[in-house]
Amino acid sequence: MRSVSIIGYGLTRFGELWDMSLRELVAEAGLKAVENSGVPGEKIEAIYGGTMASGRLIGQEHIGALIADQMGLNPLPSHRMEAACASGSVALRNAMLAVAAGEHDIVAVGGVEKMTEVDTAEVGFALGGAGDMETELFFGASFPALYALMAKRHMHEFGTTEEQMAAAAVKNHKNGMNNPYAQFHKEFTIEDVMESGYVSTPLKLLDCSPITDGAAAVIIAETSIAKKLCEQPIEIIGSGQASGSLALTGRDNLTGIKATTIASNIAFKKAGLSVKDVDVAEVHDCFTIAEIMAIEDLGFFKKGEGGKATEQGKTAMDGEIPINTSGGLKSKGHPVGATGVAQAIEIVQQLQGKAEKRQVKGAKIGLTHNVGGSGATVVVNLYRRAK
Amino acid sequence: MVDASIPIHWRKFDERYRLNGNFCENCSTPYFPARPICPKCRRKGKLVERQMPFTGKIHSFTKVLVGPKGFDFETPYHLAIIELDNKAKILAQIVDSDAEKVKIGAKVKKVFRKIADNDAEGVIAYGYKFKVV
Repeated sequence: MRSVSIIGYGLTRFGELWDMSLRELVAEAGLKAVENSGVPGEKIEAIYGGTMASGRLIGQEHIGALIADQMGLNPLPSHRMEAACASGSVALRNAMLAVAAGEHDIVAVGGVEKMTEVDTAEVGFALGGAGDMETELFFGASFPALYALMAKRHMHEFGTTEEQMAAAAVKNHKNGMNNPYAQFHKEFTIEDVMESGYVSTPLKLLDCSPITDGAAAVIIAETSIAKKLCEQPIEIIGSGQASGSLALTGRDNLTGIKATTIASNIAFKKAGLSVKDVDVAEVHDCFTIAEIMAIEDLGFFKKGEGGKATEQGKTAMDGEIPINTSGGLKSKGHPVGATGVAQAIEIVQQLQGKAEKRQVKGAKIGLTHNVGGSGATVVVNLYRRAK
Repeated sequence: MVDASIPIHWRKFDERYRLNGNFCENCSTPYFPARPICPKCRRKGKLVERQMPFTGKIHSFTKVLVGPKGFDFETPYHLAIIELDNKAKILAQIVDSDAEKVKIGAKVKKVFRKIADNDAEGVIAYGYKFKVV
């Protein structure tokens, strides 16, 4: 298998983008990525798209075909991958595998979601399809409720507190202040989070990532080709993907996502590294409790200690392991299909030394962690500057 | 609206009214809802229909204040993951119970309730909810 690197990236602002349609979002991110990579469009050989719920949210399927058409890239092969909130990472991973296998040399990956054409209750219903529609959504369990059930159990078994979960939101909003593409440029205090009103106990409004429009794209290439095209390509040195039960009731326990541990073990093994080698990580904080479970499941902290570690600032910009320097899904926004690709872009910027005020000094190894649903799909990637 | 579709509800009467799941005789694991394949044994498994017990205890719960489409009028409501007496887990609303009694470990039993009434032309969907005993 050949080595694959990211050679360019582009993204739109994330937010409630009333005057942009899905196709305009994709075109903006895609054009920026092509320009950033220095590769002319004619050299791209395939397109991998990631979108979760375009059918329900805008009535449009066949997003792969839409992207190729709107980017003027017919007749390239182009299709969309769907793995709920992990759609973007699954698209990136599969694009990487196609290049690694030698089928293509240069491929474009674009994640996008347009979530604001319908009202919040409709969005909740669409996203609920990431869980078990028949046994969870049917009974009134949308995503805040499912993660709330995990949070309640985490609090019961480990004494995690709502204040500790709030600390993740506070940190991520602080980090987001330095991300020009983030949906929110607003800092909050622990008190703000505690008073923000329950959505599904114990999760409050400010424990939840928002509804967001946005698109993010990267151009990837076989690494020796990448080195000729790009000053500092970022190599994907390990990638792992795992599945878990669709419904929460299929899990052995509710305090972690087993697929995270399995996927990260595969990625670390492929890269020949361990969690101690990671300098910076983007993890899937769809809810604050998700970040706390993620940093445990990935091995940064022991199971049950994620809350305390967050409260103590160990995952802050100046902590022992900066987590979600981009602001995370919480303040950057969560345009579902775009998130996985946006996480990769943050790591690329960190490792290229271009993260500006978000820069983790000397970052050499980066990790992205992207979850679909309540943990039914997880993709973990590891990155390093290509040598 | 797919969840108000008649075929889905008709298929699920046994599951939603009678808590019928299945049981793998090879590894003695109950499944709810019924699974097409035992994930532990796969083709070596021997799945037979089995009714789940109607009682169990609360494993985790949450009070939902903002619900998905179709549940707006019901909020706030409690959702729980319940561990049934045979160790199978089920997600359901907790109803007809004092709020202070809804806690981890509380004993619950199944009741028959209306679940959803989302579509003027579709089915009124009934099924299981649980109450604290």
